[in-house]
Amino acid sequence: MLVLVALASISVGAKDLSLGQVWHGLFQDSGTYGDVVVGERLSRTLLGLLAGAALGLSGAVLQALTRNPLADPGVLGINAGASAAVVTAITFFGVTSLRGYVWFAFLGAAAVGALVWFLGGSRGATPVRLALAGTAIGAALYGYLQAVMIMDDAALGKMRFWTVGSLASATNATITQVLPFCLAGTVLALLLARPLNAVAMGDDTARALGADLNRTRALAMLAATVLCGSATAACGPIVFVGLMVPHVVRSFTGPDLRWILPYATVLSPVLLLGADVVGRVVARPAEVQVGVVTAIIGGPVFILLVRRRRTAQL
Amino acid sequence: MKTTRTQRGLGETQAPHVARTSRTAPPARTARAVRTPGGLSLRLDVRLLTVVVLLVLAALAASVVLIGTGDFPIPASDVLKTLVGQGDRGQEFIVRELRLPRVLVGLLVGACLGLGGALFQSVSRNPLGSPDVLGLSQGATAGALVVIVLISGGATAVTLGALVGGLVTGLAIYLLAWKQGVHGYRLVLVGIGVNAVVTAVNGYLITKADFVDAARAVVWMTGSLNGRDWSQVWPLLALCAVLLPLVLGNARGLRMLEMGDDTAYALGVRVERVRLLMMASGVLLTAAATAAAGPVAFVALTSPQLARRLTGSPGPNLVPSLCMGAALLVTADWASQRAFGADQLPVGVVTGVLGGGYLLWLLVTERRKGRI
Repeated sequence: MLVLVALASISVGAKDLSLGQVWHGLFQDSGTYGDVVVGERLSRTLLGLLAGAALGLSGAVLQALTRNPLADPGVLGINAGASAAVVTAITFFGVTSLRGYVWFAFLGAAAVGALVWFLGGSRGATPVRLALAGTAIGAALYGYLQAVMIMDDAALGKMRFWTVGSLASATNATITQVLPFCLAGTVLALLLARPLNAVAMGDDTARALGADLNRTRALAMLAATVLCGSATAACGPIVFVGLMVPHVVRSFTGPDLRWILPYATVLSPVLLLGADVVGRVVARPAEVQVGVVTAIIGGPVFILLVRRRRTAQL
Repeated sequence: MKTTRTQRGLGETQAPHVARTSRTAPPARTARAVRTPGGLSLRLDVRLLTVVVLLVLAALAASVVLIGTGDFPIPASDVLKTLVGQGDRGQEFIVRELRLPRVLVGLLVGACLGLGGALFQSVSRNPLGSPDVLGLSQGATAGALVVIVLISGGATAVTLGALVGGLVTGLAIYLLAWKQGVHGYRLVLVGIGVNAVVTAVNGYLITKADFVDAARAVVWMTGSLNGRDWSQVWPLLALCAVLLPLVLGNARGLRMLEMGDDTAYALGVRVERVRLLMMASGVLLTAAATAAAGPVAFVALTSPQLARRLTGSPGPNLVPSLCMGAALLVTADWASQRAFGADQLPVGVVTGVLGGGYLLWLLVTERRKGRI
């Protein structure tokens, strides 16, 4: 499935390419127009793979960590925190390279993550409280972004595209700069599957099972922050990928995180690239940014989840 | 029990009228019963009345100062003279035609947002459940953006678009949250989902716009009172005149609703009807305010909470929230003009900063009590 979507992502776009041309561009690069297009789409697809995996995995980790099926880097405002930090870095500190502002993204994501956790009532956090706290902080940061854009026309020109969440700006440089962070986050998250399983059973049971609660929480938060921060720094805030995929995965793997996390890593890019392809097809020759597509798909899913579950299960 | 509540409800609905006569009353913490010789008795919450009076005075004072502020400053005494019709011709023009409508729009928008916020927070039973978090402001923004970006419409069309957008969003949230009645938590979560979708759509619309439209849209999206005139005052005033008695007349049901649906049923409240009425009013108020001034951030979120802390009284605190909203918005507009020079940064930036501060404050003071 992942391979199919990746192929579709390379071949579908403003310029139609046959599969033969795609093959030619991938394996016998000879510098024709078609090959150049394939090259650009290839880096876009790779970025989609990375960002999708990072977002899905961070969503799954957050859901386990907060024991909250509605947790998602977008809903909890963590994406917004990373975006606000990146915009600050670019506008006020003159940071231009992704390598520079990815650190700001981590900082913003971590700060908002902690803020939402405390505002949501930490231990007594319910899904409603966490989601409200995340959305409220997200709204505040959104207002801040707008203030920056009003004051600075150059920022408006650049940021209005970035704040939607798009894969269009992908280059090979972006990928190489984000790749180490994504890999580190992924490895860390996958290693945490076992202790997170224990945490998901509740504090007391986890302690009885011998899990180090605080260390697991801190490491899981670190993993989620790194994953979501690097994805946001590379493509802007993309919502709901981290929400939807773990639910789909859970429906066939059951609640064991040792299965959920790897599956989420594989399936999230499918969703993200699929959304990206849809966004490129519906408005040809222009395109709808992938962040918009995932929000339009994810919003109804979110509402469906809310409607289907009873409060006790939330 | 029942009679007490009735009287309390009456006391609240009549607060603005009674307030004028009891200005000299000393501030007291407890409610007092007032008995007339005819055997009629009213329960008066003196602290609540004092707060309302002080807020009204603050709003009026800020308005007078705001009218005097600008490229052509006018001292407060001259503003008052001009308002009662005794100023010179130049001042008369500036005050009557340029600044008074702006201030009136500010007062009305603040009042609408404050009241709408109080209604929504009461219905959702959550201090963060305000219209700007639940997607209503974003919905109105989407309506306005469609007009600005896709058809490059004028100011009137933008206003209408925002109104329609807000109403459609409100209806969508209500219908999506409906499942044998609308419960607070489902309302909140559905609102958050709708908010995320509409925010993404707004971002998309902004990227579709050419640069001039995008700049205009971003200023509109922050919420601004610049260039508002009498044509915005009248519709808002009419809406308030219709909705205010309706909402205040049903305030008693809303107050009982806060005790939970079952208790409210037992006390004889038609739960769904009251909730629908209150939500519809809240949606209308918010949509109208957003249409007039753009989505001014966080006034709806903060004013009910500030009002509640000042009055120290339980229940939705509708009238104090309304006054607080008006005072807050006018003061914020004055602050934005003073701090950033005339018309540099719109008022929404100031209220946004205010909202951020409020959230932090909530974080520090309230989280241990688990009230959020």
